[in-house]
Amino acid sequence: MSLSKHKLQLVFWCGLLVFLVWDTTQAPPVDLRNEPPLIAAGSGKASSGGHCAIAK
Amino acid sequence: MKRLPLSLLLLLFFIYLGWSVSIRQAVLFAVGIGMGAALSGARFGFTTGWRQLIEQRDPRGVAGQLVLLALASAFSLTLLGQYSELTAALGPPSISLLIGAFVFGLTMQIADGCGSGTLYKAGLGVPLNMGILPLFALGSFLGSVQVNDWLKLGQLEPIGLVTEFGSAQALWLTLAGLVFFGLAARLWVGPGRTWWDRKWLLGAVALAVLAALNLLIAGQPWGVVYGFGLWAAKIVTAAGLFDPTANTFWSQAGNAQRLSEMVLLDITSITNIGILGGALWISARAKSDSQPLTATQWVIGLLAGFLMGYSSRLAFGCNIGAMLSGISTGSIHGWIWVPLAFAGTLLGVRVRRHYKL
Repeated sequence: MSLSKHKLQLVFWCGLLVFLVWDTTQAPPVDLRNEPPLIAAGSGKASSGGHCAIAK
Repeated sequence: MKRLPLSLLLLLFFIYLGWSVSIRQAVLFAVGIGMGAALSGARFGFTTGWRQLIEQRDPRGVAGQLVLLALASAFSLTLLGQYSELTAALGPPSISLLIGAFVFGLTMQIADGCGSGTLYKAGLGVPLNMGILPLFALGSFLGSVQVNDWLKLGQLEPIGLVTEFGSAQALWLTLAGLVFFGLAARLWVGPGRTWWDRKWLLGAVALAVLAALNLLIAGQPWGVVYGFGLWAAKIVTAAGLFDPTANTFWSQAGNAQRLSEMVLLDITSITNIGILGGALWISARAKSDSQPLTATQWVIGLLAGFLMGYSSRLAFGCNIGAMLSGISTGSIHGWIWVPLAFAGTLLGVRVRRHYKL
């Protein structure tokens, strides 16, 4: 692996890390008392997550 | 980076997620690591499999993908029949889907990676795919902004085989459709070809189990593209370049909520990060085989990456969200996606050859 590729990899991962840290600091704190169920199946709670197949 | 310190970093992030975000997200991160390790360890490339079928009449990659689809369908359709909380990847059959799938199939050959391929290759450290990822995210965001305008061209309500026929019938119909794809591939490649390859089969089994785990834990099928669009949406909104309240897609309650809360709470984002981590872990020992690109090749590749992101939103998913998750959870849009994307790929491999990518 060339050095330049190592540098590119470093830039990529640093960029992702900076984004995650920025996002975590600017978003409201997580409500740990309202945690989603560990396993959705059988929990009685329908998933409310985003998915690329959903039009809305 | 060596595997031991990398394993420790991944473990630390897993603990952080479990402690500070939610245990479900930590477990989904681990599932994502498994996906990334399976994709990159087996070099399970949807793009490559299709290209090998077209150019070399080599059916091994497509056979691996058919096994993955069959296993994932058996797991997912059974789960959907058992648990009413779980949701299928139901996209609307629409003009938007037809155009989006065609363009996606075309551009994924030029960019040498679909949604999951771009992720795992970026994790492996392939320069073009690392460059493509931010543009893929931007394209995905712009596609989501404009998807409602595209839907005005014509659409049907999403059709789910489980809702229409029940899970057992849906599974038989799905398997029959996959056999049809297999027969079409057999007609194309002719007799005397090797169909089964250990690497592709191991990858297929691992990915089918992980996709089912994703559905079981998250309550929704595996997806890639939504997370990318969300990341770009957050950045442009924070920069004051976009008003989500004025947009049909991003002003929807669920999307607006995910835009305001941290990405580590988003299901597709956390598996995407896991895939990157899993691929990085594999890359610690994998041999690098990427060739240096010319300036023209870079421009073409990056442009293709942007269009791939945009078209994946129009098509209601990429190879993962529309093809794998769509078909394995009984969505008709997945079955429409495949022939259109394949038609785009037929053109894409020519463009790829032209630019010697």
